[in-house]
Amino acid sequence: MGVSLSKAAQWTTFSPDASKLKSTPTNEALLKEILTFVEQIGSQHPQEADFTFEAPLQWRTTVVTSDLKSDYHIRDSTAWSHETDSREAPPLLTPFTVRVRSLGQLSMLIQAAEDKKLEEVQACLEGNRDFLVKILGPRIASQLLEDGAYADVESLKEDFWNGCRAPPWRQAQGEICYVVIESVDTGSLNVTCCTAGVFLNGVGGPGALFISNSRKEFILNSAAGVTLWLLLFHTYIMYIHSVTCRLRDCCSFRKTSSKATLAELSSETSSESEEEEERPEHQPESDFYLSSEFLQIKKLVKYLKKGDQKVTLLMLCCMLDLDLTQDSCNLAIRDEGGLQFLLNLLDTNEDKCKIGALKILIRMSRCVPIQRSMEDMLGVRSLVNNLDSEVTKVKALAAETIANVANFPRARRTVRQSGGIEKLIKLLDCFLKSQKKSDHLENMEAARCGALALWSCSRSTKNKKAICSAGGIPLLGCLLTSSLESMLIPVVGTLQECASEESSRITIQSKDIIKNLVKNLRSNCTDLQIQCSMALFKCAEDTETRDLVRKYKGLKPLVELLNNTNNKELLAAATGAIWKCSISIENVLIFQNDKVLESLAGLLTAQPEEVLINVAGALTEFLQVPANKAVIRKCDGIKPMIQLLLSTNQALLVNVTKAISACATDRENMKIIDELDGISLLWSLLQNPNPEVQASAAWAICPCIGNSKDAMRTVLSFQGFGRIPDLLMSTNNEVLASICAVIAKLAKYKNILATLTDLGIVSLLTKLTNTKDDRLRHHLSDAICHCCQFANNTAAFGEAGAVEPLVRYMKSEDILVRQSATMALFQLSWDPNNNLTMLSRGAVKVSCV
Amino acid sequence: MSSSANKKAIQALAETISKKVEHFNKKEVECLIWRFNALLEAQKHSDGSVSGLDRNQFKVVLHNLFEMTDDFIMDRVFRIFDKDNDGFVTVEEWIQGLSVHFWGTLDEQKRYCFHMYDLKGSGFITRDDIFLLLKDSFHLRLEEEGREDDYQDEQDEINELMEIVLKKMDHDKDGRLSFQDFEKSVKKEELLLEAFGSCLPNFRKKFEQQVLEKQQDE
Repeated sequence: MGVSLSKAAQWTTFSPDASKLKSTPTNEALLKEILTFVEQIGSQHPQEADFTFEAPLQWRTTVVTSDLKSDYHIRDSTAWSHETDSREAPPLLTPFTVRVRSLGQLSMLIQAAEDKKLEEVQACLEGNRDFLVKILGPRIASQLLEDGAYADVESLKEDFWNGCRAPPWRQAQGEICYVVIESVDTGSLNVTCCTAGVFLNGVGGPGALFISNSRKEFILNSAAGVTLWLLLFHTYIMYIHSVTCRLRDCCSFRKTSSKATLAELSSETSSESEEEEERPEHQPESDFYLSSEFLQIKKLVKYLKKGDQKVTLLMLCCMLDLDLTQDSCNLAIRDEGGLQFLLNLLDTNEDKCKIGALKILIRMSRCVPIQRSMEDMLGVRSLVNNLDSEVTKVKALAAETIANVANFPRARRTVRQSGGIEKLIKLLDCFLKSQKKSDHLENMEAARCGALALWSCSRSTKNKKAICSAGGIPLLGCLLTSSLESMLIPVVGTLQECASEESSRITIQSKDIIKNLVKNLRSNCTDLQIQCSMALFKCAEDTETRDLVRKYKGLKPLVELLNNTNNKELLAAATGAIWKCSISIENVLIFQNDKVLESLAGLLTAQPEEVLINVAGALTEFLQVPANKAVIRKCDGIKPMIQLLLSTNQALLVNVTKAISACATDRENMKIIDELDGISLLWSLLQNPNPEVQASAAWAICPCIGNSKDAMRTVLSFQGFGRIPDLLMSTNNEVLASICAVIAKLAKYKNILATLTDLGIVSLLTKLTNTKDDRLRHHLSDAICHCCQFANNTAAFGEAGAVEPLVRYMKSEDILVRQSATMALFQLSWDPNNNLTMLSRGAVKVSCV
Repeated sequence: MSSSANKKAIQALAETISKKVEHFNKKEVECLIWRFNALLEAQKHSDGSVSGLDRNQFKVVLHNLFEMTDDFIMDRVFRIFDKDNDGFVTVEEWIQGLSVHFWGTLDEQKRYCFHMYDLKGSGFITRDDIFLLLKDSFHLRLEEEGREDDYQDEQDEINELMEIVLKKMDHDKDGRLSFQDFEKSVKKEELLLEAFGSCLPNFRKKFEQQVLEKQQDE
């Protein structure tokens, strides 16, 4: 502790302002607390008040002898305290200077100051930075600091290079040191000193502080004593803090300091609360505030604000030399008021200053907390206004800054609401229309920056729509013919983002855009390839696009991208595009010329989930071609698929179960699935909370039951069908349909059907018959049809009222529904009562039509 | 002189001048002469016939056409345009000046600006030059409070500012800016071209539209 505190004290001497207490809200609150405490010493803690200091506290005062009451010996403008026995003692008060030897005197003198009490307390603190030493004497002061912690200091010194008591990662949290103070009756007090104050670590009740050395004893045996000590520590550390971390005062410190009230200090406040405090932004190390860089920032911002535009321009140029990649620099510029000033410059007519300011803002806006501050300071609006500037360079720089700032939703919204999207699109238009050679490069740069900004903005759904409705997509399409990578990446990036909106997708799926996207798949630039693949992934949902990709020979380059197994982002994008393109069977046939299925199967292991999802999706499509079912077996693709059933990623589970479902229609494949116990895994997925997973697992179970030789054994041993009644109560039609399909398959096995009947399946199925969903109607009728095979289920369905809705199914437009409903009614007709119902509901009439 | 004769004379003059200047074609020179004559006309009104624009009229032109505001700088611009130092900017000096200084290449502009800030013609921008160029940038305090201490503070601030500027631009660390220093700084950051006061037209495009393009139609 001593080590770190004396170190802390040494820091302050570096600072030019060390002799003044900075006027901050924190310090003011602190001074008021000290004042309240000092004023009450005499009445509340008389014992402590009489304690004589080792050396007097001395400071410049405004109190004069006429302010003092009769408790003093006064001669001219000099006063002695009554408490002093001998007149030889130095006077208490001489003009402008006061020397106080006890807390009692301090208290009385402060009270004499009337309306200048606060100033006096401040002057006292400023004049006696070493007050701990003065009050206690150098030995006790240092002993106090070392006592009880000496051994630990030594051991910690070995652990931490800087010899500070708090380990570096705790220092980052603002903690300075931990102290153990021995006390008489409560044992030891564990105290944590941190920049926000001093906190007792879980000590119950007030105790006496006992500090001794060979020469002197000093006992404070009351709660006030503890409080006093903590206050002294608190003040001391606050003081150091105020000098070294002045900037932090203005931001996060203001928040935490509220904890350090006197009341809390005397009760217990553990340092843990400090940890829980959310720290929204990383604060610079306090060393930074002593660095020459910080002083330089202070100077530059000062003259930036103070001078006329000539000086401002000079300062802007100088600020460009600062290391603006460092967050600490950026935060310091902001906290010194520089950021606001730079943003204000954007609202002036000084184009040169604007250019300078924007050059700085572009770099600062890469820092995340600065982005938020810029939006808070209404900077985004000013930036958008500058997109109309007469000077092309200003437009370009403003757009590039927007590209950085629009990194979070609120800023993107502001861009849209202040008309920024239209203005950015205008930049593209300007370039495309510009004919003058002299302006060409400048306009191109502006268009590039505009595209960058649009790319950032297009991450918000509403902005995607805004870009589309402002006619941005055809212009982006025209820019696709550029050969410049730096232009193409943001352009394709924006198109790609917009393609997630269906309305935009229709515009994007034009011939020329797809053609150019395909062309750029062969670019040398990986980032561009990624964006193009992602755009195709989103667009190829549409049949025409898939045909266009084939027409422009885009399938081959996509396959080639699969070789980049190291770049996972590219791999994910490429497999995604392949997946969507393979929805067209013509494309699968072309892909198979290059043995893509084999390559995809190889990507089923040791890949990130983003890749696996797409690979499984693509495999599902490939396996729709019967010949490929044998291929996947031959290249050992089934085993890794089954293993993926253990994943927790729901999108992946959906796709993998679909792929397995496609595999399982082949008997040879089914053997392998059986060997790997795939059916059990699929059954267990019915427990998954996600309805999509439930449904696709159930669909995959269907072919398995049909093709597996020991499906019966598996199902019975697993008892998975116990979950079926629950799933029949799902609200998701797809889940219901899939479960009905499973029931239809299971009902072929008499003993399983018996169990299902016991589980009340008849009434559950009947309850579903009111649905209007044709897909569900089809599978439901199927299920009812198969369930009729058992015992008196036929009659049971009739009693439950299943016949009447099934008759209505006969009017459905969907032939599958009519077919399966007919089959079901046929089964139900074995019961004479059902026949009556059918007749009365006009089934005969309907089926004859 | 009849208007057609006048026109012919101007065309002939434009012919000769356009051969001497680089950045304007004959047509543009003609426009500039017309413009110059119009400006001269306004001045003649008050003090009879003169051979060129006097200092005040020239400053008015700089202000109106190029939006310059700094009086000190405008004086300097006049002195640079007025090559023969006779107190008047003639038509030839006018077009030459515009061509080399305002419409010049970046290299020409660098030389022009450096010359502008080299107040004593010593070949260097010295501390004294910078002081004179920047001293007006801090005038608020003196007027507001008028205390002696503040005057000292202001001196200190200007000195501190000069140190910052020299640190940035004085690459060879000799305490003054040579042309090489200046050139290097401008190369790194083009905004430093007009580091010590705006002396190039602010809206060249506007001027081009108003004077060069518009009058061609007439």
